[in-house]
Amino acid sequence: MQLDKKVIGHEFKAFSTTVEAGRVKLFCKAIGEEDPVYVDESAAKAAGYRALPVPPTFLQAITNDDPEKGGLLKLLNVDIGLILHGEQHYDYFAPVFVGDKITCQQKVVDMYDKKGGALWFVVSETSMKDQAGKLVAKATGITVVRNPDAAKK
Amino acid sequence: MATVPKFDQVKVGDPIKPIVLPPISRHQLALYCGGSGDHNPIHVDLDFAKKFGFKDVFAHGMLSMGFLGRLVTSYAPRDRIRKLGTRFTSITWVGDVITLNGKVTGKREENGEKLIDLEVRCTNQNGQDTLQGHATVAAA
Repeated sequence: MQLDKKVIGHEFKAFSTTVEAGRVKLFCKAIGEEDPVYVDESAAKAAGYRALPVPPTFLQAITNDDPEKGGLLKLLNVDIGLILHGEQHYDYFAPVFVGDKITCQQKVVDMYDKKGGALWFVVSETSMKDQAGKLVAKATGITVVRNPDAAKK
Repeated sequence: MATVPKFDQVKVGDPIKPIVLPPISRHQLALYCGGSGDHNPIHVDLDFAKKFGFKDVFAHGMLSMGFLGRLVTSYAPRDRIRKLGTRFTSITWVGDVITLNGKVTGKREENGEKLIDLEVRCTNQNGQDTLQGHATVAAA
């Protein structure tokens, strides 16, 4: 299989999702985060927040709410077992809170290969805006795909 | 809870207090599957992982990045975090004992904010980095 660079510039369908307190609580439990500011409204208020903030990497849980999740895999026509996460970067412009409705728009911004085509690197950017239309964060991810032909060896 | 770092008191090279985590468990991977919405079976289904050539299930890279988030928010409050990024440099296996550590790598002013740049990493029990990251926080 060859890397199809035509997908550079592809924009996925935007979607919106509302941040739920229960999901943040489970996320905190999973990463071992015990700061009450994320789960206890009085702690959040005492810290000066208007509502419960979300941990920095909870943004991944928001982008994973995409009803067409797996769009990148379909676009590349590869199986989920062949991908690895290469890099992830977040730029934070404002905190995200429980109750916020976040709209995400992902696009493919670059692709390249390494090791003679055995590994593909797909760079995507996701803009995240709140209910007021304000840009709250930008997520940049690099997905590494093991070329199915190379992975068979 | 973290207090806002004071720009004048921070020095390049200052360490962030390390955090040693309990061993990674299969249970934790299941919790992260649900909490993060990353339902890739390779992290929770041993049969699936083996089918794709892995000896066992392994931790989501983003679980470890969540650990880096914990380290950075132990250094500065959540609303002071401006950037967090990482490379995933090696796989984190079930049973691995991860230590989070970091240090101040730079100080600068940008757009009227006093910024502190940090290097942050996850290191396993063999001294191998599993994540090599960086963060930027706004100081007072």
